[in-house]
Amino acid sequence: MAANQMRGKVVTITSGKGGVGKTTTTANLGVALARLDQKVVVVDTDIGLRNLDVIMGLENRIVYDLVDVVEGRSKLKQALIKHKQLPELYLIPAAQTRDKTAVSPQDMIQITNELRKEFDFIILDSPAGIERGFRNALAPADEVLIVTNPEVSAVRDADRIIGLIEAQNKGPAKLILNRVKMDMVKRGEMLSPTDVTDILAIKLIGIIPEDELVVSASNNGIPVTLNETSKAGMAYRNIARRLMGESVPFMPLESNTGFFQRLAKLFTGD
Amino acid sequence: MANFFDRMLGRNREGSASTAKQRLQFVLVHDRINLPPEKLKEMKAEILAVISKYVAVAQEEVDIALQQRDHNNLLVAEIPFSKSLVQDPDEDETPIDKFKADSDQPQTS
Ligand SMILES: Nc1ncnc2c1ncn2[C@@H]1O[C@H](COP(=O)(O)OP(=O)(O)OP(=O)(O)O)[C@@H](O)[C@H]1O
Ligand SMILES: [Mg+2]
Repeated sequence: MAANQMRGKVVTITSGKGGVGKTTTTANLGVALARLDQKVVVVDTDIGLRNLDVIMGLENRIVYDLVDVVEGRSKLKQALIKHKQLPELYLIPAAQTRDKTAVSPQDMIQITNELRKEFDFIILDSPAGIERGFRNALAPADEVLIVTNPEVSAVRDADRIIGLIEAQNKGPAKLILNRVKMDMVKRGEMLSPTDVTDILAIKLIGIIPEDELVVSASNNGIPVTLNETSKAGMAYRNIARRLMGESVPFMPLESNTGFFQRLAKLFTGD
Repeated sequence: MANFFDRMLGRNREGSASTAKQRLQFVLVHDRINLPPEKLKEMKAEILAVISKYVAVAQEEVDIALQQRDHNNLLVAEIPFSKSLVQDPDEDETPIDKFKADSDQPQTS
């Protein structure tokens, strides 16, 4: 079936290594896109390790989950949980009690094809690793965003994932570099965004600074994007705009002004 | 451009980040072709052995290495021939003798 006759775009958030910020990214991109008047559904595909619901503050509203839909206990519409503040944002939670094999790549293609009719963006939060859960999240993807941290093990795993994505003809993926500490980069003690893109040879779609507010946001179940003062939130809003095709310059990661800032804007805008 | 920004930032190039970058570049080249460093060593030795069957190789100057250009990986080999090759054609079992023996020409020496 022709993809162009369908409305929605499936964006998969993956990483290889665990704990680098996939779920945080999924929640924040969902919120940021919804605030740009997009109709968005975020889907937790991490079966057995449900997390996106708590990050979004929707854990109390779950009745049905992804596996219920796959196994026919619930209609797709019944598993959609509406966000509290953003009426255009929905969540489909993962099952907490089942194993990864309860869902197949074919199931995911079928479900997302249904969702495409209703939503502008379908964002899939992939589990870590390269097993079934990853393949489930990759199978229906129109666009793949790889989250990594500026650390050797995370970058190495990202490279592995890039290879697998290309092998499945789902590339070229784009990179989100998360938890960047600009003061460390400056001291030469942390890989810089250019170091990482040199090594991985893929395009950057976002640089997220390390930000304490991400932790408080997850404590409260209110994604950091809703906090206007957060730098990470700002970075996520920029990624959302880039996903919508806008060309947004990369923001300077530190609060210095003047010459460097202007230069950075000039040279790193995509 | 990367260097330019590093300089703009006044970035310390001696820090652990540059070590990280070098180590990553090394390990990824091997990851991508699924050939660990020890296996690569074996492969190089075999390649050299084959070439040495035909020509005298300047062993000390050989450089066979994996390289990355964007997402393409290459095995780049620089294998200079030994300079002594033409100097002592009389020596037993030199590659030149071998070459002559293998050719269709009648032996004239
Ligand atoms: N930019 C950031 N600044 C500070 N903390 C962050 C940032 N991004 C993520 N974190 C923290 O890192 C931890 C892991 O994040 P998250 O759960 O999003 O990762 P994940 O890739 O989904 O993990 P998993 O592989 O287990 O699913 C969380 O505690 C989160 O709050
Ligand atoms: Mg997660």
